[in-house]
Amino acid sequence: MKAPDFSYEKPTTISDVLALLANNELECQLLAGGQSLMPMMNFRMASPGTLVDISNVSELSGINERDETIEIGAMVRYRELELSEIIKAHCPLVAMVLPYVAHAAIRNRGTIGGSIGLSDPAAELPAVLLVLDGKIEITSEKGIRLEPARTFFKGIYETSCEPDELITKIILPKKHLKQKFGFHEIARRHGDYAMAGVCIAQDIDLKVRVAFFGVADRAVRSIAVEKLLSGNSDLSEQLIKDAQNALNDIEFEGDMNAGPEAKQHIAKVVLERALKEMKNE
Amino acid sequence: MNKTAQIELIVNGEKYFENVPVRMNLADFLRNKLGLTGTHVGCEHGVCGACTIFLDGVTARSCLTLAVQADETEITTIEGYETDKNASDLIKNFHKRNALQCGYCTPGMLASSIEYIEQGNPPDRKKVKEHISGNYCRCTGYQAIVDAICTTIQERQSR
Ligand SMILES: Cc1cc2nc3c(=O)[nH]c(=O)nc-3n(C[C@H](O)[C@H](O)[C@H](O)COP(=O)(O)OP(=O)(O)OC[C@H]3O[C@@H](n4cnc5c(N)ncnc54)[C@H](O)[C@@H]3O)c2cc1C
Ligand code: FES
Ligand code: FES
Repeated sequence: MKAPDFSYEKPTTISDVLALLANNELECQLLAGGQSLMPMMNFRMASPGTLVDISNVSELSGINERDETIEIGAMVRYRELELSEIIKAHCPLVAMVLPYVAHAAIRNRGTIGGSIGLSDPAAELPAVLLVLDGKIEITSEKGIRLEPARTFFKGIYETSCEPDELITKIILPKKHLKQKFGFHEIARRHGDYAMAGVCIAQDIDLKVRVAFFGVADRAVRSIAVEKLLSGNSDLSEQLIKDAQNALNDIEFEGDMNAGPEAKQHIAKVVLERALKEMKNE
Repeated sequence: MNKTAQIELIVNGEKYFENVPVRMNLADFLRNKLGLTGTHVGCEHGVCGACTIFLDGVTARSCLTLAVQADETEITTIEGYETDKNASDLIKNFHKRNALQCGYCTPGMLASSIEYIEQGNPPDRKKVKEHISGNYCRCTGYQAIVDAICTTIQERQSR
């Protein structure tokens, strides 16, 4: 199908974007890479009054290194992240997941702000932000606020970003020496949304964070699995088994791929594989 | 209310000025406004890859891009791959290896193949498969397509 009728605006500054968003009558929706919004419009699941194309807002571009963090503009496309030396050096988990985020032609257009703003339950980057304890910079005419990832994602396509707000930056902590990361996902076809996947970060003090995607209404951490794994330097076979058995504190939800029980099973499989890959590093 | 827009773009080396409804996607623009029907439309939601074209040097889904978004860009479609992308050897190898039957997927398949080769990637079957994973082919079973891409890279390397 084709997209329904709408008006189109292409502002060039953040303040012009915010002025459009603040006008309720326009029923604005932001268009970044369009790789999720366009299919939703073609399916008539979304019918914005005014499409606000933010691809010409130069303030939303760029990957910048600060003392302790890496700041990524909302309009930075996956392809740019994939090629970035800064990301390779300081955000290895982002570099690990990118080849699995959609297909090459979609990564050429899709943006980090779009992925975070959409909060698809099966998307990789929200889970990455959860285990890295990333922050989201959100701007509106009322000002700028920083929201931690752990409170930002609310449910399927639901975030704490209000209709008059714009995600302006994603802020990730730089990798520390000795920090270790794990990732694994299972998808029907390479690049498609995963049936289930996991991201893991182990800090220097052996504190572990584990987040799953594709298994619930949003990316979710398993505190039970984190507790079990934290403090262990050796990821023994037994510990991995115990971690799998501990994975029952998530409200698993089915989708077109699989029911809740199958989701739990696949989540255990990806957890085992990610931990084994970390062990063998 | 901006429901139509004036756009200026280059398609296969030729400059166009056109007035388009803003809701028109790039695939429909190329096919219906410019008559470049080599670009195919399958699913219109980004999954099948038949509509893949080059936009400013990288592949993009023309069904997920609005024609207005292509304002001030440079587009290459299958009509330009022999001349603008020097891909006649790849096209010959597609033919030789029977890497197409009905040809529906071929315009998009060629776009992804050209991008893989242009990026200087090796003739590695696993990597090729990952790169073309976003393009469905319901006829060939893919092996012949992978053969054609790998053969082209090997031939270019030994030249
Ligand atoms: C075939 C296919 C497979 C895919 N597979 C995957 C996959 O495996 N993993 C994955 O993660 N994704 C996948 N995607 C989705 C892809 O990653 C999208 O690009 C991404 O989800 C949205 O980014 P975008 O820039 O295209 O955003 P858009 O589609 O432009 O926007 C998405 C939503 O975010 C909002 N938004 C955009 N920017 C902002 C902002 N700055 N502030 C606030 N809100 C904003 C928009 O209003 C819209 O609601 C797939 C898509 C396709 C078509
Ligand atoms: S028609 Fe564009 S991907 Fe299928
Ligand atoms: S040749 Fe028929 S779909 Fe590929």
